[in-house]
Amino acid sequence: MSAHLHAEHHPQASGHSRRGYRIGSALAIILTVIPFWLVMSGGLSNPAVTAAIIFALALVQIVVHVVSFLHLDTRSEGGWTLLAFLFTVVIVVVTIGGSIWVMYHLNANMMPMPNGAVPIVR
Amino acid sequence: MTDRALDPREAAITWHHAEEDAHDHGGSATVLGFWIYLMSDALIFASLFAMYGVVSTAYAGGPVPREIFDLPLVALNTALLLASSITFGQAIPHIEEGRVGPTRFWLAVTGLLGAAFVGVELYEFSHLIAEGAGPQRSAFLSAFFTLVATHGAHVTVGLIWIATMLVQLGQHGLTGEMKRRLVCLSMFWHFLDIIWIGVFTFVYLYGVIR
Amino acid sequence: MSDTLLKTIFGRLGWESFPVHEPILLGTFFVVVLLGLAVVGATTYFRLWRYLWKEWFTSVDHKKIGIMYIILAIIMLLRGFADALMMRAQQAIAFGANEGYLNAHHYDQIFTAHGTIMIFFVAIPLVVGIVNFVMPLQIGARDVAFPFLNNLSFWLTVAGAILTMVSLFVGEFARTGWLSYAPLAGIAYSPDTGVDYYLWSLQIAGVGTTLSAINMVATVIKMRAPGMTMMKLPVFTWTALCSNVLAIAIFPALTAAFFLLMLDRYVGTNFFTNDLGGAPMMYWNMVWIWGHPEVYVLVLPAFGIYSEITSTFSGKRLFGYSSMVYATVVITILAYLVWLHHFFTMGAGPGVNSFFGIATMVISIPTGAKIFNWLFTMYRGNIRFELPMMWVVAFMLTFVVGGMTGVLLAIPPADFVLHNSLFLVAHFHNTIIGGVVFGLFAAMVYWFPKAFGFKLDPFWGKVAFWGWVVGYWIAWTPIYVVGLMGTVRRVHHFDDPSFQPYFVIAAFGAVIILVGILGFVMSIVMGFVRREQLRDVTGDPWDGRTLEWSTSSPPPPYNFAFTPVVHDLDAWYDMKARGYERPMSGFRPIHMPKNTGAGVILAGLSLTLGFGMVWYMWWLAALSFVGLLVVAVGHTFNLHRDYFIPADKVAATEGARPRLLGMGA
Repeated sequence: MSAHLHAEHHPQASGHSRRGYRIGSALAIILTVIPFWLVMSGGLSNPAVTAAIIFALALVQIVVHVVSFLHLDTRSEGGWTLLAFLFTVVIVVVTIGGSIWVMYHLNANMMPMPNGAVPIVR
Repeated sequence: MTDRALDPREAAITWHHAEEDAHDHGGSATVLGFWIYLMSDALIFASLFAMYGVVSTAYAGGPVPREIFDLPLVALNTALLLASSITFGQAIPHIEEGRVGPTRFWLAVTGLLGAAFVGVELYEFSHLIAEGAGPQRSAFLSAFFTLVATHGAHVTVGLIWIATMLVQLGQHGLTGEMKRRLVCLSMFWHFLDIIWIGVFTFVYLYGVIR
Repeated sequence: MSDTLLKTIFGRLGWESFPVHEPILLGTFFVVVLLGLAVVGATTYFRLWRYLWKEWFTSVDHKKIGIMYIILAIIMLLRGFADALMMRAQQAIAFGANEGYLNAHHYDQIFTAHGTIMIFFVAIPLVVGIVNFVMPLQIGARDVAFPFLNNLSFWLTVAGAILTMVSLFVGEFARTGWLSYAPLAGIAYSPDTGVDYYLWSLQIAGVGTTLSAINMVATVIKMRAPGMTMMKLPVFTWTALCSNVLAIAIFPALTAAFFLLMLDRYVGTNFFTNDLGGAPMMYWNMVWIWGHPEVYVLVLPAFGIYSEITSTFSGKRLFGYSSMVYATVVITILAYLVWLHHFFTMGAGPGVNSFFGIATMVISIPTGAKIFNWLFTMYRGNIRFELPMMWVVAFMLTFVVGGMTGVLLAIPPADFVLHNSLFLVAHFHNTIIGGVVFGLFAAMVYWFPKAFGFKLDPFWGKVAFWGWVVGYWIAWTPIYVVGLMGTVRRVHHFDDPSFQPYFVIAAFGAVIILVGILGFVMSIVMGFVRREQLRDVTGDPWDGRTLEWSTSSPPPPYNFAFTPVVHDLDAWYDMKARGYERPMSGFRPIHMPKNTGAGVILAGLSLTLGFGMVWYMWWLAALSFVGLLVVAVGHTFNLHRDYFIPADKVAATEGARPRLLGMGA
């Protein structure tokens, strides 16, 4: 965040942030290469396991980017950026998860079935 | 005086801030305000991801992800965007220490990588449309094109912003105002890379294995 | 000229696009043109253009922008209410053989325009305007965090409103209901310009609302007076903060939904179509992710207004301040978890419906807590029943009924009976009129002397009050009744004549509300005429408790000569109680933002972009788009955005204010 804007007053913070950048870059490269390699080489035969792994890696990579590139921490802007970020995460989860949940049920209940059966999805 | 007893010791209480410009206009709020904007932009992408998630298997008899996604090309694009994030990081120490030349150099490199990213994406799109897998073909393709192109449009805005900054850095050097703008630009650019993590994982990689 | 050339220039705009064959529209058109010419003529005659441009249109002063938002909202209220009267008149006569005076085609446009205008161009601008005016004063700030952005947000809202108004005389407005549900709003079923007008006006105004919300949140977080911790924030500022946080969270969903529907209409994608895999219900899902929390975006600031007024006119500190704050935060979060109750009947199944039904009922708990807080604030208080307080009492009596019918509708089996009935329509008018509109009127009466230096005329203010309250109950009680008996919404003709008396009573009620609206306009006019008797020289006409009453009425451009330091909740009450005296010397130059015309230009270009896209005038749309980019980038090259008010000018302004000011009432 603004940590690096005012870094001339805090040489230590600046050095810390630069090291964070280097570590973050290395992690980001690794976390990008692994999922591409997993999928392109077909390393795992089970697609469900592969999917779980690449989603987990994506979440880790998002955290890495947010911490080391966007410099999100508990102190920047008095914690307001962190609060805003966490609130957004909740809203993102509700929007995507809720929409898929709702639409799945609507589709399952309302789509015409080939044999005329009407399933009730709970 | 129902709520609070008057305390004589507080007679010399301060009612006014003596310090000049305790409240500046916007300056100190810019980074926070821009962060909040990014959060709202993230929610636009969340809605587009939700749309994609809902119709991601609505192929309507048309092509499926496995047939049309060219993973080596996506890997190249991902590498370009990640590299541009890292080159932007190279500019940060120079911005902090007020060195205009290296700042402009790394910004230009970032911009070129970003332009290459957009170019590859346009190539991918034109290729798909030529194959008959355009956005009108099925809901899945509509959602795919819209999500990826919205990200691409954001990168394009970032390119315009970089070009503007290159000019303004030449005019003004690294003043406080310019530093503030560069901090916002860096947040914007890194934010777009984060969105791309979602795109390559959820759309491309997951699309191919499901 | 050849046909293709005409098509290139005018797109699908032709002579037949102008409704010359519709006598109602033609008459309205002439009235609007005459009124418009009168306003333009008067402005020119009194040589006001320069003043308006320099002091108002390009102003970045949050107080002036707030006032302009409210003027826009009142103008649009007249338009939206005219639609309401037309609907009430039609439904009062269209029974059996009588088809009424509106055909279905026209009637559908009217109910769509009424809903769209009342929410997007009346309720939102009123709330945004009042927050804009009051909130920075309450936190002791000199302006908002991003003054230029504030100006731009306002003009984008105006551009959206103008585009909606243009549809009255050039082409048609949507006939698809105020949220333009897919697939009806898709190109296959609505090929004309109506839905395009709808989408572009709301998209442009929506960008303005989102930017404004970001601005307000940054202002509350960054620009509070020293000493004003979050738990010393005035309640109205708290509710304004939560309302704007919620707006930032939900408007992206609406923007995305409209964007996807636009793609369906312009590019031929298949998001919300019936074939090729489209998911029309996803449009409903997305607009209601916006739509339900939007109710709370509007009503939370109204709750804040009621809190301020109850506390001031009861002469007591607000009962349960912290529970009020927590209730507001809880509502903010819960508001995001209830959207599906707008389509219980669409087949989500018992599990999903139960979740959303229960979440909806839970929301009434914090809301109920607020009602009790207001009642306990009044309990044993020294209550002054002046106009703002009268509105609060009317709100409590009216809104509770609306809240209870809401809990009723939250029960999915009951909703299966009442869905799409007039009972539902009566319910949401009950909450929005009784909750939001009453609150906004209370706010206008309460803060009017702060904005203009004199109170509204109390007699006409009472006419407005009784007109609205009595009119509301007479207009909507019969609608509840026929709704419960099964009458559906959005129909222009009924077969069963036994319902007619109810609709006649409802139309009568609407006329009484009209008296209320005209009474309000008169209270401004007569207030201006009698301004010398109604003058507020103290800056604190109601014996207020928060910082906005510590400065003069109207406040100087810089609001506060010195930034106040806050020691207590109800900061101004604390200052008065401890014998605060306003300093008369030691002034310093004040740093202020400069006015700019960039907001007006950007909004104007957005308007032409929207108009070009609606009519398929691609050259106009492309030119406007390029213009937008150029002006936006060009604006960043202007770095001379601020100036200083010299200290002697501040001293002169402060000296001109009565010495009395600052000594308390």
